[in-house]
Amino acid sequence: MTGEIITFKKRSSKQTQLQEFIVRMILLFCASISIITTIAVVATLFGESASFFQEVPLREFLFGTRWSPTLVPRHFGILPLLTGTLMIALASSFISIPFGLGSAIYLSEYAPKKVRRVLKPILEILAGIPSIVFGFFALTFITPLLQALIPSTQIFNALSAGIAVGIMTIPLVASVSEDAMSAVPDSMRKGAFALGATRMEVTTGIVLPAAVSGIGASFILAISRAIGETMIVAIAAGQSPVLTLNPLESIQTMTGFMVNLSLGDIQHGTIEYKTVFAVGSMLFLMTFVMNLLARLTIHRYKEARK
Amino acid sequence: MMSQPPLSPSVNQDVATPRKLFLQGHPGLNGRRKAKNNIYHGVLLAGTLFAVVMLGLLLFQVIRSSIGWLDWQFLTSLPSRFPKKAGILSAMAGSLWTIGLTALIALPIGIATALYLEEYSDARKWFNRIIQLNISNLAGVPSIVYGMLGLAVFVRLAGFGRSILSGALTLALLILPVIIVTAQEALKSVPLSLKEASYALGVSKWQTITGVVLPYSMPGILTGAILAISRAMGEAAPLIIVGAAGYIAFLPTSPLDAFTVLPIQIFNWTSRPQEEFQHVASAGIIVLIALLLTTNTIAILLRNKYQNRMD
Repeated sequence: MTGEIITFKKRSSKQTQLQEFIVRMILLFCASISIITTIAVVATLFGESASFFQEVPLREFLFGTRWSPTLVPRHFGILPLLTGTLMIALASSFISIPFGLGSAIYLSEYAPKKVRRVLKPILEILAGIPSIVFGFFALTFITPLLQALIPSTQIFNALSAGIAVGIMTIPLVASVSEDAMSAVPDSMRKGAFALGATRMEVTTGIVLPAAVSGIGASFILAISRAIGETMIVAIAAGQSPVLTLNPLESIQTMTGFMVNLSLGDIQHGTIEYKTVFAVGSMLFLMTFVMNLLARLTIHRYKEARK
Repeated sequence: MMSQPPLSPSVNQDVATPRKLFLQGHPGLNGRRKAKNNIYHGVLLAGTLFAVVMLGLLLFQVIRSSIGWLDWQFLTSLPSRFPKKAGILSAMAGSLWTIGLTALIALPIGIATALYLEEYSDARKWFNRIIQLNISNLAGVPSIVYGMLGLAVFVRLAGFGRSILSGALTLALLILPVIIVTAQEALKSVPLSLKEASYALGVSKWQTITGVVLPYSMPGILTGAILAISRAMGEAAPLIIVGAAGYIAFLPTSPLDAFTVLPIQIFNWTSRPQEEFQHVASAGIIVLIALLLTTNTIAILLRNKYQNRMD
């Protein structure tokens, strides 16, 4: 980009050249901090996990159905935490996907400019609300509502937390999907309108199919966010690592377990400490793969539109 | 409406010209298609309003619950076992310390990284492409994972202990990707002609950056930075892992002190069984949201100030 305009360097003084060199090195160092961060994350997570798996067989960890790492007899089967996490992810996607995609279609295809100017900031405000506030909302509003509708609902339950996570991730689905839809060339819409299609037919027949990869990426990002969400589930989903598929029962997620154990004073080198890192590695792997998938998809459709 | 005077008085209003048919839809197939479109429109609008209604309900619930609990005593007291005496002072002080330090660490590094990627690096080289891909990937790593990094590296390896400094370093890493990406967008918006004019005056690259590029892109950089900092202000999970306490009955005086922050204090109150503490928690949430609104307002004011200067 700037290659053609740096020829002045040859004539500039030695001192300026030295200054430029130092600046360049400092900036390069700052840029490599992000790489160092990733390496450090992987190294710490997998380092501690490696010593965890010296004590607990990988098979028990992945396929065991009982989780009680702090109580003797200890069991290290992650399935209860995994099903808890997936239930939250599923419940949240029932909220975030339809409402997020609906908002994106409305904002991108239907909304008049004035309405858009009001609705976009509101979605941004929703996105900026800390997750702890959604946790409070789940516990003091959604749960009583659920209990009024279905009396067998427990105070801490997966559904309430899942709904709150879903509301929190609506703006994410909406903004990523809307980006994908606004990347669809206008000429395609105009062509369909000229053939006499209604706006709905243009949306479902032209825009959505053209934007499908970006929309899919937004779903993956939302689910990945739900898997990593911590404070809402720590407050509203409970602390019972039981293997259940009933969303009205108290459960525990991977993140909920990590927070719960960290609230106590865990000593370095104990099996509890290592367990937190083993669960953290699992969480990191799952979200990493999903994010990479979503980013690559988005990257591809952006390249294709260029 | 665009009511044109009729060409001749004899034209019957009811005659179905093709144009009218197209605009109004005749009662047959087209009418059904238009009706479908209208229903679709209504459903989409309702779906969009769902988020608005939820935001309203959430704020209503918090405000209703905090009435009678958010007072001067609450703002100026330390936490207590008794809900009536509980206050938020130490959490506020902890949050301000942590966030201040986070900003001091993250802003220079974030802006420097963005400058490197936009102004110095060759985007085609594999190393720089890896940096770019890595940054967008780091943005999606769950915040609790940063907490584990902080625990292993800052608390233990570097020996900072469960202190404000450890917390701030952890949060700085967490918000770096956001700062970098928004700063890059801001730097991209600087017109090439401005830079070329600067080079034409014979100044060096770095002088061009400090004299032209940064002042021009500062509003955008600041907006992104403040958004990132507000995100850090609402984070609880990584700090719990790093070891911020739930109960701190003193005000921190140095970066190596133990600490708590607003979200953790709110979490602590929310998870207590007594009903009264839910009200204390909601009062804490109001303080947190007020603080977020203040920082965002500062962001907008700063942006306006810089923007005016550029115009």
